[in-house]
Amino acid sequence: MSVHAPELALRDVPGPSALGGGWRRSLELLWVIAVYDFKKAFFGTILGYVWSLARPLLLFAVLVTVFTKIFRFPTVPHYPVMLLMNIVLYGFFQEATILAVGSVVGQEAIVRKTQFPRLVIPLAVVLTSLFNLLLNLVVVLIFILGFGVTPTWTWLLFPVVLALLIIITTAVSMIVSSLYPRFRDVAIIWTVFSTALFYATPILYPVNSLSGHPTLRHVILLNPLAPIFELARKWIIQPSAPGPAQAAGGYLQLLPSMAIFVGICLLAIWVFNREAPRIAEQL
Amino acid sequence: MRDAITLEDDAAPAQSPPVRKDPGTGPVVIEASGVHKTFFIPEQKIDTLKERAAHPFTRTAYRELRALRDVSFDVRQGEFFGIVGRNGSGKSTLLKILASIYRPDAGRVRMAGRVAPFIELGVGFNPEMTARENCTLSGVLMGLTRREAAKRLDSVLDFGELREFVDLKVKNYSSGMMVRLAFAIMIQANADIMLIDEVLAVGDAAFAQKCMDVFYERRAAGKTIVLVTHDMSMVQSLCHRAMVIHDGGVQYVGEPEQTAMRYYRVNFADPDAELGEVGKSPPEKPVTLDLNARLVHARLVDERGEPLANLEQGAPMILDAVMESARELVDPIFVVHVRNADGLVLFGFTRTLPGVVSEGQRVRLSGRIENRLVPGTYTLDCWIRRDRQTGDMALQAMRLTQFVVFGTAPRHGVVSLETDIEPVVEDALRPQ
Repeated sequence: MSVHAPELALRDVPGPSALGGGWRRSLELLWVIAVYDFKKAFFGTILGYVWSLARPLLLFAVLVTVFTKIFRFPTVPHYPVMLLMNIVLYGFFQEATILAVGSVVGQEAIVRKTQFPRLVIPLAVVLTSLFNLLLNLVVVLIFILGFGVTPTWTWLLFPVVLALLIIITTAVSMIVSSLYPRFRDVAIIWTVFSTALFYATPILYPVNSLSGHPTLRHVILLNPLAPIFELARKWIIQPSAPGPAQAAGGYLQLLPSMAIFVGICLLAIWVFNREAPRIAEQL
Repeated sequence: MRDAITLEDDAAPAQSPPVRKDPGTGPVVIEASGVHKTFFIPEQKIDTLKERAAHPFTRTAYRELRALRDVSFDVRQGEFFGIVGRNGSGKSTLLKILASIYRPDAGRVRMAGRVAPFIELGVGFNPEMTARENCTLSGVLMGLTRREAAKRLDSVLDFGELREFVDLKVKNYSSGMMVRLAFAIMIQANADIMLIDEVLAVGDAAFAQKCMDVFYERRAAGKTIVLVTHDMSMVQSLCHRAMVIHDGGVQYVGEPEQTAMRYYRVNFADPDAELGEVGKSPPEKPVTLDLNARLVHARLVDERGEPLANLEQGAPMILDAVMESARELVDPIFVVHVRNADGLVLFGFTRTLPGVVSEGQRVRLSGRIENRLVPGTYTLDCWIRRDRQTGDMALQAMRLTQFVVFGTAPRHGVVSLETDIEPVVEDALRPQ
């Protein structure tokens, strides 16, 4: 080729894409953006990080009051801690996906002027929320121990729950963040939808408490988040609780929600890949 | 080996005199072939699902904007490559495709090496971040690690003269400060290829001078630079080759002088805009920009006639330029401009050569120009008007030479004039 160094090999410049551009650089970038956003979230508020803990705790206090004083789930042992754990887990999903909606537009300056794997943007949002989640989980752990839940070996399986939750959160974040530049209504739709999803997920109630409402149960079992929350409850708080399959009435009944889970992930990959190359032109 | 339009480099590379060595032999580091890009601009932007749902079958009317048509060119390692063209000709789109921000509809772009883009007056800042944080972010975007990027913070701040604003959010920066920071970051990233769009459009003269210094230095260091500009003096003084883009297509690639001429041709209804400052009577229209003469050589010489690349402040400036006419010239007029690095015409004079110069005859322009220049980089341009008599006003812009004035005297303004003003104490004003 040339007498110069071989690193001068010409490489294709394919234009922007979801991935590509070097792993090391992508990870560095992901870290820089996520850490910055995490710091920024609490910068300027007086109590700083305390808010991150206070928010789920306050919501928890309200819901515990409502559901232990007004409505009751007498059959559910350790109800308050289950509630707290579920709120914190769902809080992660909701925070990440809602922040993801505007994330690409929010990073307009760098999207329009630089080349980098576009996937970094929604991933950074998920990572920022994950930092929050990990801090909140420390508080949850304190409550769990404080309420006298017995530690079991299944606690070691918690990363599985976390991984499933991160995957579905990332997938949804990818979809909403890439659609928002073209369809601005995504912001409103998603805010409403994620609130509806809060009630359609076994957060306030376990699935097996719905035995009197078969139709409702079937609908809720379609929710791909449902098995994740059921698993968390069984593994962390109440080993005697029925697992997701048992609660659904057999593995077969679990298939639709698993199919939806996989479907959302595939959809996310497809949508994001399709939108990423032209996202800079739509801002 | 003396090229006709070369400024010979005799000394002082520290001051980085312009060297037009020949980098046209290096390996190709940017290769674009058959690049097409079309934007579809909706006549009425449909931004909500409702609008789409309300009119599911009416296809949105799109206006087709063919930004780039079959653009092909190569840039070799170490070349300073200019891209010029009118507003909306597609040059910024092309730069964005090179920077991998837009994807071409057809064609192929290949590059070798690490690329640092400087686009739309910036390198991509998060306005909510401080200069410190943006420095890291941009560094990482340009392929540095976080640690490397943080290590360069000091030199970035020094270059941009922004040390006291390091922890200020960038959204509170003035546009000039923002450009300084962006340019400093881009320069410090020390990439193999720099893609630069209109850097000197914002920013004061001191910063413009700094940019020019950097350009000369990087050029001498053999960096590959692609510069989009409207400033033909930059094209002529910096570029090894340049390209004219017109209506999305490549109109010309080659010599900077030719490029400048063709740019004026596509652009120039009114050459007075360039000539006005010397107070010449405006030439009648229509104006064509044609080749009247070719430069044989042009340089500054010392009193013994030896060529000089650099001039000491205050030393006599003696021009020696020889050109060969490319056609018959009747009473040709020569307009010479001295420009500083900001492109400002500091001085100019007009000389008429009465009579007919036949094709192939040589014309010499030589003699003394009073040197009141402050240290800096300067260019000498010459405009040749072919025929004073007829309405056929053929003008030609020609870069004669470029030189550096060096000196240690404190620099105020753009010229240094002699003065005999001295402060004295006046008795009457003393308190009694």
